[in-house]
Formats: sequence, structure tokens, C-alpha cells
Amino acid sequence: MTALATQQLIDFSYIAAVIGFILALKWLSSPVSAMRGVLIGEIASGVAVVATLFDPQVTHYKWIIITLIIGAAIGVPLGLVKMTAVPQRTAMSHAFGALSAALIGIAEYYVGTPHLTKFEMVEIGLEVIIGSLTFTGSLIAAGKLQEILPQRPITYKGQNIVSLSTLAAAIVLMLILMVHPEYTHLFQAMVVVALLFGVMLVTPIGGADMPTVISLLNSYAGFSAALLGFVLNSKVLVVAGALDGASGFILSVIMCKAMNRSFTNVLFGAFGQVQVSAGKAAEERTVRSATPDEAAGILAAANKVVIVPGYGMAVAQAQHKVRELYDALTKRGIDVKFGIHPVAGRMPGHMNVLLAEADIPYDKLLEMDEINGDFPQTDVALIIGANDVTNPAARTDHSSPIFGMPILDVDKARTVMVIKRSMAAGFAGIDNPLYYMDKTLMLFGDAKNFVGGIVRELGGGHE
Amino acid sequence: MPADFISSLFVFILAAFLGFELIKRVSPLLHTPLMSLTNALDAIVVVAAIIIAGRHETKLSTLLGLIAVAASFSNMVGGFLITDRMLHMFRAGKAKKS
Repeated sequence: MTALATQQLIDFSYIAAVIGFILALKWLSSPVSAMRGVLIGEIASGVAVVATLFDPQVTHYKWIIITLIIGAAIGVPLGLVKMTAVPQRTAMSHAFGALSAALIGIAEYYVGTPHLTKFEMVEIGLEVIIGSLTFTGSLIAAGKLQEILPQRPITYKGQNIVSLSTLAAAIVLMLILMVHPEYTHLFQAMVVVALLFGVMLVTPIGGADMPTVISLLNSYAGFSAALLGFVLNSKVLVVAGALDGASGFILSVIMCKAMNRSFTNVLFGAFGQVQVSAGKAAEERTVRSATPDEAAGILAAANKVVIVPGYGMAVAQAQHKVRELYDALTKRGIDVKFGIHPVAGRMPGHMNVLLAEADIPYDKLLEMDEINGDFPQTDVALIIGANDVTNPAARTDHSSPIFGMPILDVDKARTVMVIKRSMAAGFAGIDNPLYYMDKTLMLFGDAKNFVGGIVRELGGGHE
Repeated sequence: MPADFISSLFVFILAAFLGFELIKRVSPLLHTPLMSLTNALDAIVVVAAIIIAGRHETKLSTLLGLIAVAASFSNMVGGFLITDRMLHMFRAGKAKKS
């Protein structure tokens, strides 16, 4: 085959890949067709990779094959992590994606310099800046999610000014390079400054904002790949990057809406620090608490139960016990549903995946808007490790930092039960008036043990 | 402005709008698998990495390309694997019920 014919064949394989990518996302719209979507995505990517290996530009194979094997060897364990570790795995994959986009951009710079046009230099510069900051930002996010780094926001005075100046410095360096692409040391400085900015961007953002941050980093990783497509004039990268970037962007918007906050507020607001005023509500108020057998009695007498899971369920790895509770209650003819807040957990859809892992049928997992109308007819709302997303102050208290945030209206249920380790405030440090209501029972303890205790009292469970 | 840039911009705008329309329809139930799937698709960057590494222009560009091959291919393999695992769980729930 001539080189031209090979090149055309490769181009056609990329077009086929793009069609596959689009179908993959289209079929992801429903759990029924989603598996088909993954399959076509796999085929599309595989075809593109194999075709690229035949590219006449590729002359050295040995190391490519070796690194592909290394990549697969890293990828397989990352694909087999426990479902509770999915948020940090996702952050790691944003980091890897951004790293490879940045490295390719850097390689292009060194191959092209000093003959880069101004236009090419800006493309490469932007691509490398976004790729680099996404790489370090995602590593920090992964570290926070893995709890290697403190989850609370780390802030200091004048932080935003320092961070924004750092970003500005990277852009100024890029502009100088535009005129003098041969200043390689400035390029190196630009990369370092961008890496630094990534760290600064994510360090001040804490646990409850993680779903938004993960989505934003997703979006950046996608856009850096799309920009790389511009640099290399590779349409398949432009399309894949645009799809990924759009996806991350939409998820970020959904997450921000679910917290009633703006992008700027998430990025520069550092949620944890503005909550001092909320402390005033912490006067002595009494709560009612109950034991597992009392809780079991109330649940057994109910007709309709809504379970509201949160990050605490993930931390306690309680999803399988929750499944046993679901089974025990369903066996008694009790209607059990799950109410899932969009920002419950540490990434979009986190709770759904954990509950699906525990084999709970997905048609029992309802979104906030679907379930909220049901609470007035609900006998028991059982909250497992969720806090701020159930705080009625978001509806009523204008002074509350979370005022206006859409919440699950659990307080409208006849009885509310909250499984919680202690009375300590939630991540945002905001007191929750729900806990002091007459109809609320606090169930103090580890989520997994407590749910296990209820299941034993109900005479269910697998042990 | 180079013609390549304009044509890439066309493709980008179309793909981004298509992405918005497609992703808006993805059920919130599947937002986690959505993220891992788009990550895996985004790992198509590996084709660019293969070319940079395979062209063997300078030692540095080859080295950077090879690291990029490993990083993006790990994303491709891991991303598809975990998406597949997650979606299997959602299917299992459905099968058990019906």
C-alpha cells in the first residue's frame, strides 16, 4: 500500500472512531443501552489505536509497544478499584489525561522551536498551561479524596490574589514566547508556573465541593485534549476533547446549581471558612436519640420509607448493609425508595454507583426532584451519612450560608431518622435544625454497624 | 488565521454542541459512568502520543511521547474497564427486579 493510501485509511478509521464516540455517549442516556455504548466506544478507540500504529510516520515500534503494555498494566488496576474509591480514581484519570496532553504539547514545542509562528505558539502555550494546571490540580484532588491530604479547604489571606497572579504570570510568559519562541527557559518557567497554579486552584477547595471540582477538572482535561487537536490539526482529538469538555462542563453546572452556587464562588469562595456566623445556632438544644431496636420497630410499622444516603454511607462502606435493610423492609411489604441529592458524595452520581454495586434496583434510586413530592406521604425518612443536603435551613433561614440550595425535603416526612456518628456539624460546619425537630430521632453510631443492628432486629440479613 | 485552525474550530464548535445535547440526556443515575466513559474516550490522545514517540525526532520528544503513551493508554484501558464494571452493576439491578 502506498503511504497516501495508508494515510487515508487511517483518516477513515478516525472518522469511524468519532462516530463510535458519539454513539457511545448517545447510548449512555439509559442504563438499558449503556453497555452497548461502552462496547462501541471500546471498538472505536481500538480501531483508532491500531490504525495509528500503521502510520508511516511511526518508525520505531519497540518502545511504543513497551509503553502501551506499561499503560495497560497501570490501567487495569485503576479499572478494578473498589467502587468507594471511584472518585479518587476519576481524579487520577483526569491527571493522566491532562499529563499526556501537556507532554505532547511540550514535545511539539521543542520540536518546533524556534520556527513556531505566533499563532502556533499561542495554541501550544494555552494547551500546555491548561494541561499542566489540570494535571497538578487533579493530583491534589485525588490526594484529598484519598485522604492523603487534608479534606478541609486550606486557605490564607490574599490567596485569591496570589493564585490569580500566578495564572497571569503563566499567560504573560506565553505572550513573551509568542514573540520569542526561542526562549526555551521561559517555556520551562511557564510550565512550572502553570503546574503551581493547578495546586493553588484546588488546595483551597474542600470536601463538599469535590463533585464540582472533579467535574471542572474533567472539563479542563477535555478541553486540553481538544486544544491539542488544534495544535496537531487532529480532528479526532478535537471531537473527543470537545465531547469530554462539554460533559465535564455540564456536570459542573449541574453540581453548582445543586448547591446554589456560582463557579466563581466554588473556585474562590472556600466553603469552609465563611461559616463562622453559623455557630450562633449551636445553643443547647435537646435531641432525641434511639437504639437500633427502636429504629427497627418504627421502620417495621411504616408503609413508605425513603432512604437518603450521603458521603457518610460511602465512608462507612455501608451500602451492602443498606441493601440488607432494603431487602428486610421490602420483604415486609414496605415501599422503600432512595432519594439522591445531586451533590451527595464526592462526585456526580457517586451514590447511585455505590447502591447499584450493592444490587439495589436502579429504578428505586430517585433524583431530588422526583422524590421531593413524596416526602409528605412518607412514614420514615432514614438519612444515612448525609447532612447539608437535608438541612431545612436552606429553605427558611436567610442567614444560613446554604440558603437557597435545593435540598431533599426530608423534614416533611412523618418521622425522620438520622444515622450520624456524633452531633458534630457536617462538612460545611453548618448546624442542622432538622436534628432538633420533635419528629426527628438521632441514631448515633457508625452507619454500617447501625444499619446492621436494625437489620438484625428486623430478623433479616444474610448473617 | 491558518485554514487548519478554522476547520478545527468548526469541528470543535459542532462537537461541543453535539456533546451538550447528548450529555444533557444522560440520566443522573449514570453520571459517574459518564465521567469515566468520557475519560476513556478522551484517552484517544494516545494516537497523538504514538505518533510523537514513533517519529523519533529528538530524544526529548520521543521520551515525552512515550510517557504520554503510557499515561493515556492507562486511561483508555482503566476507563473502559471501570465503566463496564459500573454499568454491569446497573444492569444486574434491573435483571433482578424483572
